[in-house]
Amino acid sequence: MHSPVLEVKNLAVEFGSGAGRVRAVDDVSFDVRPGETLAIVGESGSGKSVTALSLLRLVPTPPGRICAGEILFHGEDLLKASEASIRSIRGNRIAMIFQEPMSSLNPALTVGLQIAEPLQLHGKLTWAKAFERARELLGKVRIPDAARRVNAHPHQFSGGMRQRAMIAMALACKPNLIIADEPTTALDVTVQAQILSLLKNLTKETNAALILITHDLGVVARYADRVCVMYAGRVVESGSAQDIYANPQHPYTLGLMASIPRLDQEAGQRLTPIDGQPPDLAALPKGCAFEPRCRFAMARCRRERPALESQGGRHYRACFADVSC
Amino acid sequence: MTIALDRPAASRPRRGSATMKFIGRLFREKPLGAAGAVIFLVFLFCGLFADVLAPYGYNQISPINRLKPPSWQFLFGTDNLGRDVFSRCLYGAQLSVIIGFCAAGLATIVSVVIGVVSGYIGGRFDMIVQRMVDAWMSFPDLIVLIVVVSVVGPGLLPIILVLGLLLGIGGSRIIRGATISVRENMYVTATQSMGASTFRILFRHILPNVMAPVIILFTTRVGFVILAESGLSFLGLGVPPPAPTWGGMLSGSGRTYMLQGPWLALAPGLCLTFVVYATNVFGDALRDLLDPRMRGTR
Amino acid sequence: MWAYTLRRLLALIPTLVFASLIVFATVRMIPGDVIDMMLSQNDTSAGQKDREQLEQALGLDQPVYIQYFRWLGGVARGDFGHSLWQNTPVLDQILARLPITFELGLLAIIIGLVIAVPIGVLSALRQDTTGDYLMRSLSILMLAVPSFWVGTMVMVFPSIWWGWAPALVYVPFTQDPLANLGHMLTPALILGMSLSAITMRMMRTMMLEVLRQDYIRTAWAKGLNERTIVVRHALRNALIPVITLIGIQAPLVIGGAVIIEQIFVIPGMGLLLLDAVGQRDYPVIAGVFLVVGVAVMLINLIVDLSYGLFDPKVRYR
Repeated sequence: MHSPVLEVKNLAVEFGSGAGRVRAVDDVSFDVRPGETLAIVGESGSGKSVTALSLLRLVPTPPGRICAGEILFHGEDLLKASEASIRSIRGNRIAMIFQEPMSSLNPALTVGLQIAEPLQLHGKLTWAKAFERARELLGKVRIPDAARRVNAHPHQFSGGMRQRAMIAMALACKPNLIIADEPTTALDVTVQAQILSLLKNLTKETNAALILITHDLGVVARYADRVCVMYAGRVVESGSAQDIYANPQHPYTLGLMASIPRLDQEAGQRLTPIDGQPPDLAALPKGCAFEPRCRFAMARCRRERPALESQGGRHYRACFADVSC
Repeated sequence: MTIALDRPAASRPRRGSATMKFIGRLFREKPLGAAGAVIFLVFLFCGLFADVLAPYGYNQISPINRLKPPSWQFLFGTDNLGRDVFSRCLYGAQLSVIIGFCAAGLATIVSVVIGVVSGYIGGRFDMIVQRMVDAWMSFPDLIVLIVVVSVVGPGLLPIILVLGLLLGIGGSRIIRGATISVRENMYVTATQSMGASTFRILFRHILPNVMAPVIILFTTRVGFVILAESGLSFLGLGVPPPAPTWGGMLSGSGRTYMLQGPWLALAPGLCLTFVVYATNVFGDALRDLLDPRMRGTR
Repeated sequence: MWAYTLRRLLALIPTLVFASLIVFATVRMIPGDVIDMMLSQNDTSAGQKDREQLEQALGLDQPVYIQYFRWLGGVARGDFGHSLWQNTPVLDQILARLPITFELGLLAIIIGLVIAVPIGVLSALRQDTTGDYLMRSLSILMLAVPSFWVGTMVMVFPSIWWGWAPALVYVPFTQDPLANLGHMLTPALILGMSLSAITMRMMRTMMLEVLRQDYIRTAWAKGLNERTIVVRHALRNALIPVITLIGIQAPLVIGGAVIIEQIFVIPGMGLLLLDAVGQRDYPVIAGVFLVVGVAVMLINLIVDLSYGLFDPKVRYR
């Protein structure tokens, strides 16, 4: 087995200060290996996007602050890295794809320039060479008529094409790790599958690791090797995709599974939320954060917070209840 | 722009306590704005009681005291005719208060009338009115002022009327925008279908809900009017001498003596800057507190 | 693009008509006075007959609407009438003065941008630091300082302290560019400073807005440094709305120029207007008034059209 590309240990991120302080990510650990796809799943507000941003230290500071943990990239702690060395990693060895293709590309610059930019910066290519590569990359992400489109501005692209351009940008420097933060949420259902397959295939080509942030368990089923389920800023269950699907062990995961769109339903339907409100991070209960919405809740759940425990092998969960029935 | 002030006037808390609460907020959240408000009040006080406060008359000529530098006897020195600059500045404040408040008040009324009517009626009427406002706004304020004053002659009343009309038309845009967004609100449509008269709708529903922009407009206009009037007086087209306008004190015969008495160039300009600065920061603070969406509309 | 320009020009017509009405109505309020003044200056023994002759010569005996159309027809043909005192065509006078005010205004706008853009950007980048507060307070203060006061102080204090006074003799640019710029620099600086106050605030707000955008996060994620992000990714987007401000500031520049021209004795449109006002030379007043209004409209149109150069999203529909 390869050693992990990225290893996150006990990461914690806080927002705000004083009385309004909120812990958006709390004690999160996971790792990814080359060629592997890790899905981080959760509702909005579960801390999955903040986790993704903090991997490259892109959490807006203030109000945000990474307050604890380690992010080991090939063994080097990114949280201790200098500003210059983290910059040399961003877009070069770790690339990121964002949720909103509409707003994630700079409207004032041509698509070609934006793809060429990391190549010129990290690849030390001349601008002319970088543009040449940008054209190839656009072809690679299957944008028709790439030679001409390279000089177009983002507003001339459709949503799907913009996300392809984002992927081209991310792949430009052949990174070891790609973080895709809900790359298809804002897109049409028909385009979603194309984009994800493209992403999957292209990462496989370079044996890069992929972290896929999503709230869509349907996506996870098709593309992920391993899964982390997050709730209220904490990992509540993690394991191989097989483990999570065949044998979900946390009540929250069970709830998510129940709401997966099935073949007889309309495709691409979003998660129907589980009963009750998503938690207010500013007023989390002392015990398990999922307890108020949990079918299996016991008195103990209200008193103490369950820790992640192995269910055998690399399948972990944070729950006291017996959900096997 | 939407103004979400859709509370009916009747359900508001008692006026007095609400005002006190607001003043508290002003001092806590916007200390600079509060300081501006205090300066503004001091200026108002000086203006209102200039006759009592001024140690000398504004046109009290005293040849033996010509061009005296500032001293305890003459706080801001004296001018070429031996008149006390401090007293003249106080009387200047009086004129500025009168012009500032009257013209800004008139401007606000004009803005409200044009803005509310145009915004409420809408359609072709609104379009025509807006083209006229466009045309009007293509003319620089100062140039219109100069031309009109040259036509009707200088004096307190023409300046107030012209400034009021001039700024009123320009400001109507803001009120119109606010009116349109209030009109779009549900409850106005509801009242309309219940058969209330247009007049009633305008007064009971639209007007109370555009009050925030109106108040903000008035405050920012006071500073603007004072500045515009002083510019006009500086050009010799304002209230004619010997009336002690701040702008006028910086121009005219005094100018030739400034090299001998530089304090003549300082006092009126400082008064102007101080007061306009105070009204600006006060107006900004009001805008931020009352209606944050109006940010950047000036 | 051309169709759009044409459409914009057509849309300008009603505004122009209203503008001409405003000018005509305003200036037409004087005639009685003018005739009295002309008569009293030309010939003290003037009687009723001279008065009628003069009225006829000036076309004042016609009904108002005929006067308006006559005047408008003349204006459309470039005939603004003759100055009542110099007997030169008003258009010639205006054309002689226009470039001077244009130069002053352009210099002021450039100086305003040169001051405002870097300070506004810096203020946004260092949001809520002491420097930011200082710059913001300064910009509100600059809004309050009347330019004629600054002009007055510039005339008074350097001369008392260092025996230096700004030049007050106008030299045409074509004759001696350096002397011309030397004369224009101080007034343009004063005018530019007061313009920069608003631009600075706008620049800061826009920059803060842009820095919050997703594409700036993308730029960070690429590993770019702050300078490249600001210059290449943020500034262009933040400058687009600031460019519009130039159109909005056009009336301020021209209005401010009147006062500044008077202080520094620059023979531009402002001084022409002030002289005409002093002499009640109403064809000149009307001409300047109208030209200024039209100039502001055209500047706004040009600013709108030039949007496309900065904002690729703008397609002229």
